[in-house]
Amino acid sequence: MVSRRQFLKFGLAGGLLLAAAGAARAQTGYRAASGADRFEVLSDDDREVIAAVAPAILAGTGAAGARLEAIVGSVDRAVAGLPPHLQAEVKQLLALLASWPGRRLLAGVSAPWPQASRTEVAAFLERWRFSGWALFQQAYHALHELVLAAWYARPDSWPEIGYPGPPVLG
Amino acid sequence: MIRDPIRAGLASGWKVTDASALERDLVLDADVAIVGTGAGGGVTAEILAEAGLDVVLVEEGPLKSSADFRMAEAEAYPQLYQESAARKTLDKAITILQGRNVGGSTTVNWTSSFRTPEATLEHWRERFGLAELTTPALAPWFERMERRLAISPWSVPANENNDLLRRGGEKLGIATAAIRRNVSGCLNLGYCGMGCPTNAKQSMLVTTIPAALDRGARLVCLARAERLRLNRGRADALECRALDARGVHATERRITVRARHYVVAAGGIGSPALLLRSGAPDPFRVLGFRTFLHPTVISAAVMPNPVHGYAGAPQTIYSDHFLERGAVDGPIGFKLEAAPLHPVLFGMTLQGFGEGHAEKMKTFPNAHVLIALLRDGFHPGSPGGNVGLRGDGSPVLAYGLTPYVWDGVRRALLAMAEIQFAAGARDVLPVHERARPYASWAEAKAGIAALPLEPLLTRVVSAHVMGGCAMADVPQRGVVDAAGRHFQIENLSVHDGSVFPTSLGVNPQLTIYALTARNAVGLAATLTGRLAGAGA
Repeated sequence: MVSRRQFLKFGLAGGLLLAAAGAARAQTGYRAASGADRFEVLSDDDREVIAAVAPAILAGTGAAGARLEAIVGSVDRAVAGLPPHLQAEVKQLLALLASWPGRRLLAGVSAPWPQASRTEVAAFLERWRFSGWALFQQAYHALHELVLAAWYARPDSWPEIGYPGPPVLG
Repeated sequence: MIRDPIRAGLASGWKVTDASALERDLVLDADVAIVGTGAGGGVTAEILAEAGLDVVLVEEGPLKSSADFRMAEAEAYPQLYQESAARKTLDKAITILQGRNVGGSTTVNWTSSFRTPEATLEHWRERFGLAELTTPALAPWFERMERRLAISPWSVPANENNDLLRRGGEKLGIATAAIRRNVSGCLNLGYCGMGCPTNAKQSMLVTTIPAALDRGARLVCLARAERLRLNRGRADALECRALDARGVHATERRITVRARHYVVAAGGIGSPALLLRSGAPDPFRVLGFRTFLHPTVISAAVMPNPVHGYAGAPQTIYSDHFLERGAVDGPIGFKLEAAPLHPVLFGMTLQGFGEGHAEKMKTFPNAHVLIALLRDGFHPGSPGGNVGLRGDGSPVLAYGLTPYVWDGVRRALLAMAEIQFAAGARDVLPVHERARPYASWAEAKAGIAALPLEPLLTRVVSAHVMGGCAMADVPQRGVVDAAGRHFQIENLSVHDGSVFPTSLGVNPQLTIYALTARNAVGLAATLTGRLAGAGA
């Protein structure tokens, strides 16, 4: 059983990561989405991370080009619909990954996200997936779920998996 | 066109307030304030309104109805589920599916209806002093709610996804049986989890809540119950915050409900959280403890023939073989059921990414999914979880998966694989980060035996949150008595799955309906000063 005491300790560990992420965000300079663009909650930097991670997660599917760009928009809308505490966690994770220390030291990705190869990104995801540190595993699952949900919510992903879509009611 | 009973009711003058559109604060006076509109809140509202009481229902989620239910995952999860169906335990190892809309989880559940097993009630009588909760004493309440919600055997043949459980079980001598469903005129579409588009599912949304609204009950939706104002053993008011139209952020508007009596029916996470935020007396430190989930593990098989797991009633066959072979407080048992397949949920749930994941997704039409629901809470090795509050007051459940539970997880993954191979599976993939598709039962047996069973490697989900405000005979081991009355706050009741002292071993909706009907009839008698009749 997780006692309230452990509960507090766990919260503290989580808090430390969030603090680190907050610092990273301050360091890289958070650029808020401008009023002119369609994004609700993700910054330019956040979107670069998603745009780099999505092709690795969706390798083998028909997600490419304009569809990949649309997925970044879907992730933004999905995050905007999450409760505030979850939005904060996702944004902190993305800010951490967007920061130089986050990308180089924690993710182990050498090239900036827009230049990172699919192989390098896949290797980072695989390390976090099987990391001995729960926080990395949790982060892997967050990216996994956000990207796969955005893709398989799209009717144009359905033909390749043989899903006919919902029935049409008369 | 399918008639939408909610839109028709609104047009007929139901008193429904969408709090997101409030331009000023609202103060309401009522006989009874009910927090939550799911299985507990819905049944309570109908019974109290029928007794002539003035009822106000407060719901955190939106009011959506059949015209909105377009069988699209991308719409349904953010609109109808807690945390966009991404609610998780504190360590993020267990994903929790709970409804958040008018109707609660009953709007989005898969309609499985079971009476409380006698073994569970017996355990409650022996360990929690709930002497009144006998199978004969509850039978009239089950009958009453089964009639009310059209719960009956499902006469349409099971879809292939469910029939494979029956056929695999038959080959191995594992008994299966048909699940009763709360439907009326069901078209067998298979999209129950996204809200019934034809109003066939007899959820609270189309039954008890319309009945209560017809009798003048008031409903405030997109309003979050923040706290009960408590004063010397009584609740004086319920303080709520309005949410924006999407149900994400609180607005500046406040809703206060002043009532003679308060019924908390916000579910296994929401109810203890509201009482914690309210600073409810908890002299024996039982509030928010012993929360149970029926931790559920998943086995995905590929069949030689199409399964079309997205089509047809989602759950119609089950097996209690692995619950019934041991004592309720022996090694953990599990219930086997099928789970419907839809692209988003299946894609998010399947392990891995990249080419391997994409290949697996291409088997979607032939995919067959079994789930095992573990019966937690009956053994010292399964103390459950506890609900706490984040800094912003939102609830979070910490649930430790213990060695006792993991032992059942391994047996469950083995049992499901064996049944799937017996039913003809080409391969079986336990949903676990270290598992791969196994091509034979022998291979699966060796593979599953070697899997490291750990959080975040093994996919564990839950759709049944129970406990946290347990019933008991004395305040030393419970939050409420067997009538649902709070031990320390005289004008407060809890009517939902949070009152269960353990998990059930069955899908919980019918137990909540029946227990709530019993307790709501008692409450109505107390509040109206009339004696409770036979009730059922």
